[in-house]
Amino acid sequence: MEFFRIRRDIPFMRHALVFNIISLLTFLAAVFFLVTRGLDFSIEFTGGTAVEATYVKTADLERLRGITSGLGYGDVQVQNYGTSHDVIIRVPTKAGIVQGQVPGHIFEALCKAESGTVGTRTETTAKGESVTRPSCVDAANTEPVVLKRSELVGPSVGDELMRNGAYAMISVVIGIMLYLAFRFEWKFSIAAIVANLHDVVIILGFFAFFQWEFSLSVLAGVLAVLGYSVNESVVIFDRIRETFRRFRKLTTMQVIDHAITSTISRTIITHFCTQMMVLSMLIFGGPTLHYFAMALTIGICFGIYSSVFVAAAIAMWLGVKREDLVHTGQKSEIDPNDPNAGAVV
Amino acid sequence: MNRYPVWKYLLMAIAVLAGLLYTVPNLYGDAPAVQVSAAKLTTKVDSNTATQVDQLLTAAGIKADYVTFEGTTVRARFTNPDTQIHARDVLAKGLNGNADPDSQPYAVSLNLVPRAPRWMTYVNAVPMYLGLDLRGGVHFLLQVDLKAALDKKIETLVTDTRTLLREKSLRTAVARDGVSVTMSFHDQPTAVQAVNTLTDAFPDVQWTSANDGADVKITGVLKPAALLKAQSDAIKQNMTTLGNRVAGLGTSEPVIQQQGADRIVVELPGIQDTAKAKSLIGRTATLEVHMVDESAEAGAAVTGTGPVPFGDDRYLERNGFAVIVKKDIVVSGDDLADAQPGPDSQNSGARVSLTMNAKGARIMRDVSRDNIGKRMAILLFEKGNGEVITAPTIRGELGERFDITGIATISEAADISLLLRSGALAAPMEFIEETAIGPSLGADNIAKGLHSVAWGFAAILVFMCAYYLLFGVISTLSLAVNLLLLVAVLSLIQTTLTLPGIAAIALTLGMAIDANVLVNERIREELRAGSAPQTAISAGYERAWATILDSNITTLIAGLSLLAFGSGAIKGFAIVHCLGILTSMFSAVFFSRGLVNLWYGRQKKLKSVLIGQVWKGAAKAGEVAQPDDLVVEDAAVAPVMPKRPGAAR
Repeated sequence: MEFFRIRRDIPFMRHALVFNIISLLTFLAAVFFLVTRGLDFSIEFTGGTAVEATYVKTADLERLRGITSGLGYGDVQVQNYGTSHDVIIRVPTKAGIVQGQVPGHIFEALCKAESGTVGTRTETTAKGESVTRPSCVDAANTEPVVLKRSELVGPSVGDELMRNGAYAMISVVIGIMLYLAFRFEWKFSIAAIVANLHDVVIILGFFAFFQWEFSLSVLAGVLAVLGYSVNESVVIFDRIRETFRRFRKLTTMQVIDHAITSTISRTIITHFCTQMMVLSMLIFGGPTLHYFAMALTIGICFGIYSSVFVAAAIAMWLGVKREDLVHTGQKSEIDPNDPNAGAVV
Repeated sequence: MNRYPVWKYLLMAIAVLAGLLYTVPNLYGDAPAVQVSAAKLTTKVDSNTATQVDQLLTAAGIKADYVTFEGTTVRARFTNPDTQIHARDVLAKGLNGNADPDSQPYAVSLNLVPRAPRWMTYVNAVPMYLGLDLRGGVHFLLQVDLKAALDKKIETLVTDTRTLLREKSLRTAVARDGVSVTMSFHDQPTAVQAVNTLTDAFPDVQWTSANDGADVKITGVLKPAALLKAQSDAIKQNMTTLGNRVAGLGTSEPVIQQQGADRIVVELPGIQDTAKAKSLIGRTATLEVHMVDESAEAGAAVTGTGPVPFGDDRYLERNGFAVIVKKDIVVSGDDLADAQPGPDSQNSGARVSLTMNAKGARIMRDVSRDNIGKRMAILLFEKGNGEVITAPTIRGELGERFDITGIATISEAADISLLLRSGALAAPMEFIEETAIGPSLGADNIAKGLHSVAWGFAAILVFMCAYYLLFGVISTLSLAVNLLLLVAVLSLIQTTLTLPGIAAIALTLGMAIDANVLVNERIREELRAGSAPQTAISAGYERAWATILDSNITTLIAGLSLLAFGSGAIKGFAIVHCLGILTSMFSAVFFSRGLVNLWYGRQKKLKSVLIGQVWKGAAKAGEVAQPDDLVVEDAAVAPVMPKRPGAAR
């Protein structure tokens, strides 16, 4: 089977201006939401406490909000996490509160509300590992609520993460620009970075608009997507170079159109495969991987768009020419690094 | 042209076999085990303990798979949980006797060890270590207050300087000014003498003198190297102390690592109770020096024939002998600056060299001068229980530095000095991050991660095989090899697998298929352009290689940046991501080419290849498409027959 039967080159670049305006508008919208709404940073960045608990019955969020707001921790957030039985309670850092005691206090309050008593249970799992954990046991000797996870991050750690995240982003951008400038030409390097940073901003825009939680793993996803969609642009640039070499009579616009057309089937099939994997994470990965997979999904969709329509167009506006890529000293056809160069003829 | 020399096929086979060997241990899962570790600083767990455990088990008629001593713990593996629990009871009784829970020497606990056959560990084939988010446990990040450690060091320096100058009758007022020690003298010769004396006594301090009006002002600052050493010593000592403290918990594989310049990570699998773990980590062991009561009444108390005299306490030595000491503390661990083992130059045994700070030295000097020939006892207190580490006889007047001699072996001397040093923390620590993950959540996360990878892989497999036929099969085979090699490498370098790490495996596989798609599309393109099958295969791989290399390098740059600046979960993600890119280059280019060569390479008159339909109305460069030219449809699967018969180039 073959999905793509393209008789002639599709004139992508004829509409370059339209695509660029669309990109600009999405980009501006993303920036607008980032500025007005801001990102909902997870406690890894802001510092604070999170407690995750599972109820045997469906958790009544309103009631839980009432219980936790009475503890005097200020702006406490109560949300479902994954299923309707699981809740996550987030407490911001606040002066005058000993952070270390927060998870204990919250669990105690939750336990009391279910008329249970807090204790410690040591049990041996079926496999044979001894496990000690805090427990909440009611009169009937069952556990109405189980503490699944508690996490506590001091404020100083968050600042550092934020800084390191920014450093990581900057070093990815610089590294990729240098490599592309070395391997191709500075015009391509700028085009690729502009196109792909615009993807990153759009992902962040989505997170700001929907107020999805921006955690460390989302940041990792965003940076991975940055590397991934640059690789998309690289494939097209590679083809542009090759086309310049092979067809000497074509104009720059025709070369770019031909390069995009001949790689489009690979672009879509690759992204489709990657997206299947990401979709599988979105479906089966549970709440921890949910926003990570979400960031990747947005990144992959916009990655196709920006590599195909934006990166090449910017390179064109920057005035890329045959002379930029085809040097007088003809490069040998066989790459010396090719591991298959030794294949027997 | 599409043939590999034999050694390349061999390399492929070796890669797969090695991949299998190092991946397989992960599939065995865990087996129940009993772990014996030291519950007290003074208990020593070594290979003798392993022998003892073995004997106890044999005596009780329990058959263990094996008993092994590793690092600081002895572990015995059993086939089922029932035997495990029986063995735990036997060992607890045999090792601890009837000691009350707070002063038991050994922690005997139930936990899990890999079920993989023993011989695999000899070639380092062990499963990946699971992160806390996959197995449950507590994680702490501790901030070490290095400033406090430094403060303490400078304070000590000020006192020591003051004492030294007083001894040398150089009269001045020694003061502390921030991180430096200052003093001034009225005349130059005295100042020079002072600088010389101080430089001799404290070589790691930079002493400078300057004229300050009529006076000469001397300033002492710790040299940068000494400063760094003081900080790294403080961290190291804190880590040693933490290690000793968590050993008593009996948890399997506790992790204590330095993170950054001034942080320590502590991870304790199998424990969810943060409060208990924190109280244990915060527990202090203190050191005290007392004089031994050598009166007749005390002698009676030692043998148990009389009561302990008033004002005395009775403590046990490590070998079980009782020692009666006076209640007054001579000096405490706060005044001990250092303890180092060494050989005893006069006798055949070993010694421990102690260094006291100025206050401790002054007290020791006074006390020892009055008590030559008597015994003093060095005690270590843990959880409120004291134990005599050693009770040497005072041979002469002691000063700032003195030796405890008459220790039988150098290793015992090393143990004692470790105990003396590790009793207390070198610098205070603060909990800045703590996470507790329940065991059910961990198991849940494993299942979620595995399902993500499995279903994603299956979807890609079905699609690739349907779309590229035989080349799709080869692509998925090489993707499977990629997964195999990635897991093998991760196991071999003993990375900690976390949920973000599993996500990175999934993502890496999803991205790695790109290389295969590039190659397959390129081959189709060559076929479309009219190349013979053999030529098309060869040209397809060769032309795609440059692109694959470029695109992988950009992805690798992103991965390396994450690795450089990330911490914790991000680092796990980045390691897997970077390694995955490397293994995918191997599998998608070298390995898949090998499979293609193996299948098609020998066929001289190859007429067609199974790569799915190749549609021949391809675009000519420069021609612009009309709207009706773009046909996207799902055509029937039909391998195409190229017009020219294939011939080797």
